[in-house]
Amino acid sequence: MSTTQSIPVAKKSKGSAVTVNQHVVEIVSDSGEGAQKAGQSFGSISAKMGNGVWTVEIIPAEIQPPARSRAGASGIRIRVGSEKVTNMGDHANIVVALNEQVLYGRISQDAYTEGTVILLENKWANSDIDSIRKEYATALADFKSKGYKVIGIPMEEECMKFVSDARKGKNMWVLGMLCHIYNRDLTKAEEQIRYIFKKKAEKVFEANVNLLKGGYNWAKENLELNFEIPPLENAGDQVVMNGNEAIALGTLAAGIEVCAMYPITPATSASHKLAECIENAGGILHQAEDEIAAIGFAIGSSYAGKTAITITSGPGLALKTEFIGLAVMAEVPLVIVNVQRGGPSTGLPTKVEQGDLLASLYGEAGDAPKIIIAPATIEECFQFVILARKLAEAFRTPVIILTDANLATGVSPFPRPKINAEWLAAPIDQSRWKKEIAPYNWDPETGISPRPIPGQKDGMYRLTGLAHDHNSKVAYDPEINQKSSEARSRKMAAVLQTLKPPKVNGDESGDLLVVGWGSTKGAIEEAVASARKSGLKVSSLHIHFLSPLEPGLEEIFKKFKKIKTVELNYSDKIGDPLITKKSRRYAQLAWLLRAQTLVDVDCYSNVFGQPINPSKVLDMIKEELKAK
Amino acid sequence: MFGLKPDLCNVPLSDEHYSLEDYEGGVARWCPGCGDHGILTSVQKLCREKQLVPEKTVFVSGIGCSSRFPHYMNTYGFHGLHGRAFPVASGVKFRRPDLNVFVVTGDGDCCSIGTAHWIHAIRYNMNMTVLLLDNSIYGLTKKQTSPTSARGTKSNTHPAGSILPPINPIQTTLGVSNVSFVAQTADWNPAHVYETIKAAYEHPGFSFVRVVQRCPVYMRDLYDAAVTDPTALTLLTHENGIKLHEKVEKSFKNIIKHDPSDINKGREYAELKDSIPIGLFYQNKNAPRYDEYGAHNIGMPVEERLDAINKELDKYAV
Repeated sequence: MSTTQSIPVAKKSKGSAVTVNQHVVEIVSDSGEGAQKAGQSFGSISAKMGNGVWTVEIIPAEIQPPARSRAGASGIRIRVGSEKVTNMGDHANIVVALNEQVLYGRISQDAYTEGTVILLENKWANSDIDSIRKEYATALADFKSKGYKVIGIPMEEECMKFVSDARKGKNMWVLGMLCHIYNRDLTKAEEQIRYIFKKKAEKVFEANVNLLKGGYNWAKENLELNFEIPPLENAGDQVVMNGNEAIALGTLAAGIEVCAMYPITPATSASHKLAECIENAGGILHQAEDEIAAIGFAIGSSYAGKTAITITSGPGLALKTEFIGLAVMAEVPLVIVNVQRGGPSTGLPTKVEQGDLLASLYGEAGDAPKIIIAPATIEECFQFVILARKLAEAFRTPVIILTDANLATGVSPFPRPKINAEWLAAPIDQSRWKKEIAPYNWDPETGISPRPIPGQKDGMYRLTGLAHDHNSKVAYDPEINQKSSEARSRKMAAVLQTLKPPKVNGDESGDLLVVGWGSTKGAIEEAVASARKSGLKVSSLHIHFLSPLEPGLEEIFKKFKKIKTVELNYSDKIGDPLITKKSRRYAQLAWLLRAQTLVDVDCYSNVFGQPINPSKVLDMIKEELKAK
Repeated sequence: MFGLKPDLCNVPLSDEHYSLEDYEGGVARWCPGCGDHGILTSVQKLCREKQLVPEKTVFVSGIGCSSRFPHYMNTYGFHGLHGRAFPVASGVKFRRPDLNVFVVTGDGDCCSIGTAHWIHAIRYNMNMTVLLLDNSIYGLTKKQTSPTSARGTKSNTHPAGSILPPINPIQTTLGVSNVSFVAQTADWNPAHVYETIKAAYEHPGFSFVRVVQRCPVYMRDLYDAAVTDPTALTLLTHENGIKLHEKVEKSFKNIIKHDPSDINKGREYAELKDSIPIGLFYQNKNAPRYDEYGAHNIGMPVEERLDAINKELDKYAV
C-alpha cells in the first residue's frame, strides 16, 4: 500500500488568489473520459471572461487504446492569458490527471517541469489490484523526484455522490474544480454546459451542472490553489472556435455553395460543421464515395458555375492530384483545403506536420502552377477561405489552403468578423457570350481568360485535360502546348504583382532571421520576443503565400547574417553519419527558399508530431547565436 | 370564339428551332466503320427531336475512344480523366437541374478504372443519360484486354487469350441498390439504338444504356456474323418497354415479352447466352433521386444567407 499519497493542503482564506498573467493547464486521461470536452469548455469560459486562450488537443493514435497506458494519453492543453495567446506555451502549470500512467506520455514530450502541480485521481492508491497499487506508488515517487507537486484528489469518490457511473461524469467535476481554481464565473460555466449538451435531455444537463458545482465546491473547501488571470483590455466583440470550425464558417462567408468531401482525419470536423449549417446558408454538402470523386464532384460543380470547396488531409490530397492537374490544365476555379497531418502514407493521422508543402506545389504530373496559401492563425483560417475563393475565380485556377492539425483542433478567440455581402460569390453570369471570344482567350500579359459557363448561349466549348488551344481544341500543333503552358504560368506572375513584400517581425536587419509558415507563427514570435529582450539581434518572418512565393525575400534576407526556417518537417541533421551540408535533405520551406532565392537558408525542424513550443525555438536561437 | 381555347395565344413559342447541324461539333476522328459514328448520329437526332437547347446541354466523358464524344457535339462538354466522368457529371447536375446531362463512357473507362464511381452513380440516381459504348477492347491504346472482353480474347496484354470471364455491365448495374433504368442495344440496329437512347433520356433518373458495338480495327470479327444474322439479337419488348415501329419489331426472330418492372426476370435475361438481349431490362421511375436533394435552397436570397452566417457566428460569440 502506498504511503506516498499526498494529502490536499489546507484551504486558504478567501481573497488570497495569486494574480498571474498566464497559465498552462492540462487535463489528461484515458481515451473516452471526456477530457477534451471539459478542456474546450474551460477554454471557452475563459475566452468569454475576456482572456486570451489557445487550446491543443492531446490525442492518442488509436481510437480506444488500453486503459492506463502510457501511449494512451488523451486530453487537452489550455493556455489562458491576460494577453492574446498565440501558441500552446511551454511547461504546464497545473495538470489534472485521471490516472498516473497517462502522465508518462506527456513527460516524454517534455510537457512538465519542476513545480508543475499535478492534481491526480487517488482512487488507484486503494485499488484491489496489487499491480495497480504498485504502479501508482512507483509513479508518485518518480514524479516527486522530478520536482512535480502531486496532490491526490478523490475524484471518483466525490463524483459518486452525484452519479452512479463516475467515468461519465468526472470531466464535468474536473471542470468545476478548475473553475474554482481560476475563479471562473459559474453562470458562464453553466451556459457552456447547456450549449454542449443542447441535444440531450434536461436531466442530463442537470446532472452535469450538479457535477460542475460539486467539483467547484470541493475545490473551494479543500484546495488552496487559487489564481486570478486578469482579462485582456478592450478586446471588443470576440468569437471563439477552432481552425476547422473557422474553415467551415469561412466557407459560408465566402458564399461557397458546394462542399464535396470524403472523411479523413484531421480534416473531417470542418465538414461536420458544414453539414450542420451549410444548407441554412444556401449551400449543400456532398459526401462522395472517395477522395477522387469528391474533388471530381467539386470540379463538376465549379465547371457548371457553382462555387465549390473540397476539404481533405495529406493522403486525400495525394489521391486528388490527378484532378488538381486537370483543374490547372482546364483552368477550373476550386478551393482545396488540406489540413496537414504527419506523413508519408497514413503517417500520423491525428498529429501535426507541415509535410505537404512540396507535394502541393509539385505533386501533379507535368507543370501545374497553382496558388497555395497558408493561414497562421485561426482567424486567418476563416479569412483565407474567402480570399481563396476570390483568387480562384479571379485567376481561374485551383487554390490550395494549407492548414494543419494544430490549427484544426486549436481553439482561440478572435475579433468577430463583420460579415459582408461582398464576400459571397456573385450569382453566375448567364448572359449571352460574345461568340468571338474564345474560352481560353489568354491575356498575353496576365494569362487570364474569361470563363463561359453552361447555360451561356454561344459560349459552348468542350473542356479537356488534353493540351489545347485557346478554343479548347485538342492541340495537334507543337507550338500550342508551349503557348498554353506559358499562359497558365503567367497567372502566377500576375498574382505576384498583387502582393507586397512580407513585413519583418522585429528589426529589419540583424544576426538571425527565423522564417516560418502556418501554425508555428505564435511560438516563433514569442521566442523571438524573449530573445530580443535578452539583447539578441533576431527577427522573424512569416510567409502566407507559398505559390507564388511572396516578393522581396532576397532583399529581406540580405540584411541578416543567418536565415533559418522553423518547420514541423523532416530534415537531416548535419553531423549524423553520411550527412554533410551537401548531402543534407532540407526541410521543405528551406528547400523552397533556397531554390527560389539562392540564399544559403538553414533549417530547424522535427517530426515529433507535436506543435512547436516557444522555449524550443528560443533554445535554437540562443544556440545559433551562441548566447546563454 | 371559333371553337378556339381562349389561352391559345399564351402558348410559349420557341424563338429558335434547332436543326441537326446545330448540334454538330468537330469532325469525328473515329476510325471508319466504328460504331461510335452511328451513336453520335442517334444522339444528335434525339437532341433535335427533343429540341434540347445546346447551351443547356452538357456531355461529360472520361478517357478513351468513346470519350472523345463531347468534342463532336456543339454543346457544352467536359472531356476529363480516365474513369472519372461520373463524379464530374454528378457535380454538374447536383446544383444545375436546368442542364441536360449526358455521360459517354467506354468499357475500360466505366467498368475498369471507374467502377467505384459507376456503382455509386447508379445509387445516387441523378437525372442523367449514360451511354456505355462497349466494344470489349481497349482501342485508343491499341488492343489490350478490356473487363468486358470475352474469355480467351487475344490481345497485346494477353497474347494467349484473356484468362478471366468478363464483367456483364447489365447484370452489375442491376445489382446496385436504387437502380432505376437499365437497357441494352446494338450499334448495327440504328432504329433500336435511337429508340433506346430516347427512352433513356425520357427516364427521370440515372438511365444506363449499354451499346454493344464493333471495333473495326481490333475486334473486327467479333460481331460480323451477328450483323447479318437475324437470330443474333433477342428483343425484349413490352408495352412498358422501349417502343419500336411495328415493322422494325417484326424483323426480329427472337422476341421475349418482358415487363421492365420485374427486376428478377431482367437479371435472368441479362444472362442470355446464345443471343444478345436488347431492350429494357428494368425501370423504376420512383427511385429516390439525389439531384432532387441537391437542388434545394438554390438561389437563396443574400439577406437570408447573411442572416444564417451571422446566426452561426453568434454560437461562437464570446
